[in-house]
Amino acid sequence: MNRVTSYLKSLMLLELLAGLGLTFKYLWRPKYTVRYPMEHIPKSNRFRGLHALRRYPNGEERCIACKLCEAVCPALAITIDSAPREDGTRRTTRYDIDLFKCIFCGFCEESCPVDSIVETSIHEYHFEKRGENVVTKPQLLAIGDRFEKEIAAARAQDAAFR
Amino acid sequence: MDSIIAAFHWFVSTFPTLSMALGLLLLPLVPLIIGVAMYVWWERKVIGWMHVRMGPNKVGPFGLAQTFADVFKLLLKEVVYPANSNKTLFLLAPLWALIPSFAAWAVIPIGPNVAWSNANAGLLFLLAMTSMGVYGIILAGWASNSRYAMLGAMRSAAQVVSYEIAMGFSLVSVLILAGSLNLSDIVQAQAGGKGLFDWFWLPLLPMFVIYFVSGVAETNRAPFDVAEGESEIVAGFHVEYSGAPFAVFFLTEYANMILVSFLAPILFLGGWLSPIQGWVHADVAWYVDWIWKGGWPWLFLKVFFFATAYVWFRASFPRYRYDQIMRLGWKVFIPITIVWVFVAGCMKYFGWVTAGA
Amino acid sequence: MSFQLICFYAFAAITVGAALAVISVRSPVHAALCLVLTFFSTACTWLLADAEFLAIALVLVYVGAVMVLFLFVVMMLDLDLDPLREGFVRALPVGIVVAVVMLVEMLGLIGVRSMQLPAPPEPAAAAGMSNTSWLANALFSQFLLPFEVAALILTVAIVAAIPLTLRRRTGTRTQNPGRQVMVQARDRVRIVKMAAEKPAPAADKTGETTP
Repeated sequence: MNRVTSYLKSLMLLELLAGLGLTFKYLWRPKYTVRYPMEHIPKSNRFRGLHALRRYPNGEERCIACKLCEAVCPALAITIDSAPREDGTRRTTRYDIDLFKCIFCGFCEESCPVDSIVETSIHEYHFEKRGENVVTKPQLLAIGDRFEKEIAAARAQDAAFR
Repeated sequence: MDSIIAAFHWFVSTFPTLSMALGLLLLPLVPLIIGVAMYVWWERKVIGWMHVRMGPNKVGPFGLAQTFADVFKLLLKEVVYPANSNKTLFLLAPLWALIPSFAAWAVIPIGPNVAWSNANAGLLFLLAMTSMGVYGIILAGWASNSRYAMLGAMRSAAQVVSYEIAMGFSLVSVLILAGSLNLSDIVQAQAGGKGLFDWFWLPLLPMFVIYFVSGVAETNRAPFDVAEGESEIVAGFHVEYSGAPFAVFFLTEYANMILVSFLAPILFLGGWLSPIQGWVHADVAWYVDWIWKGGWPWLFLKVFFFATAYVWFRASFPRYRYDQIMRLGWKVFIPITIVWVFVAGCMKYFGWVTAGA
Repeated sequence: MSFQLICFYAFAAITVGAALAVISVRSPVHAALCLVLTFFSTACTWLLADAEFLAIALVLVYVGAVMVLFLFVVMMLDLDLDPLREGFVRALPVGIVVAVVMLVEMLGLIGVRSMQLPAPPEPAAAAGMSNTSWLANALFSQFLLPFEVAALILTVAIVAAIPLTLRRRTGTRTQNPGRQVMVQARDRVRIVKMAAEKPAPAADKTGETTP
């Protein structure tokens, strides 16, 4: 008897109609899609994107060539050479980051005693030639100069939790 | 431009019969192909909406040109022939699938006696043509010299042959009630003063459901698309196809879907008849009269519903397992259809349902 | 020569060519496909003779169903062609004799028919109805008993074919989709209502606390 009723019930296609009803309901839902190049999802101030080297407000570069970032980098992406500058301060002569090696862990940023190397929120960039993946010191400084405002704002927002 | 027009004039005046035949051929085919393109777009859009995403929206307004872009991409691509494949049959297979699916359109009426061929045995012709489409799939599977393709072809052949029986029986019940094999006459037999309650879906409700489900199975669409079964046999019978032959398979599949979407209203939902026929008697203007007098817009609205139902099924149901498909066809559908053919005979004999009014 | 006659000759030529190809091509799959072509062009010639029901039934039954299964079997079997070829040469004389006898019989039949002058008018056209409905009327009224007997014989043949192929194989593991489909959620899972937390155990009499 039970089998007969369940057979007859299966002929009513109730479960299938319920499924169709569900998909029909979802048809009218607002869509989750973000039209990416035109729209962006909100980004955290802790986002770890492209690197930058910062300067002090007086224009002096922060980096003191302590090489802590080079030491801490788990992917060995950072290469630093250093030498004394004319005024006797210790400065880097070379600061290269291989973005193919970099895993964007943020350890360099954490280890930096002078907040020089930072990871910005830039994540839309590309390389067109072999070798462009290695960003050099002037490039990093230029990125830092250009986005100093955003970098400083993100750091200020996060300062209370550091 | 002028030279093209001049060449056209010369062609038409030199070969009048040939250009007439070509025109008659192209007249239904060009709208069909454009309809297929629009249908593919609509499918992707609706499935997108049901997945709570947007679907194609970049190429052209609302993404309408997406299908055309895809088609041109496919046509410009290289055709890769599998090693040791039978090249002739490999290329013949998509054509063998395409031609019956186009030929079947010859008997589809879009109005009273408005059809390419108002053949008396129209329904039989349709059955014959749809049963021939399976060759394309079998040949594609065999000629590809690939295990996956062969498995897909075998599955599809067994499935199509099985579901054709249930489909044939549901058509038999329709023609018992209508008393004719002519599709135009079948629609006219559903006319009456009770509007949509005069149509055949009411006395033949189980057959109506079985017909459409069998149609879905016959066109190898989800949830019966085990012939493709990308999770098990990659893409089934067309796994080795690329470029233009693949586009032809794609076109065939969607043309067949539209064909089944045309047949379901013609056979069960009164074709171009209006659901409120006989309820309203008025003469207002030609552009609103069709709402109660019936006309091709009603047919296309019904077709649109069924075409959307195909997509809706695909978005809703998971794929059937193969043995369950066979069980559904042989142990559920065929017994029900046989019983209902008998019921339909009784309805006709005792005059419970009268054809036409 | 009318258009219809040209069509007839074209279809007839294709039929004969395809039929010859069936027995001459090497690959059995090609042979089966040629047989499909033979059936199809035969159906076309029948259409020209206004026998639309027979023509479409030929396409529907033979092309649409029988040949699909044929092709299916031929593709599945890995046929070894050479023994078949040997048999071809040996059986050729007998085959030729049979073919000649059949040809003579057919020619004789056509000759007898053509001697009955004039040819009887086409019954469907005489009755003023389409070929299909005339056929249906004749089958279901005039020839009802033979028709039913034929149907019965076919049914018996189907039933007989099934026991012939039906054999219980031991050692195979199969699923029963019917039973699987019938399974309800309540047959598989029992939902038990119970409190999420146990009440804390009463303090021991000796004053010890549980670790």
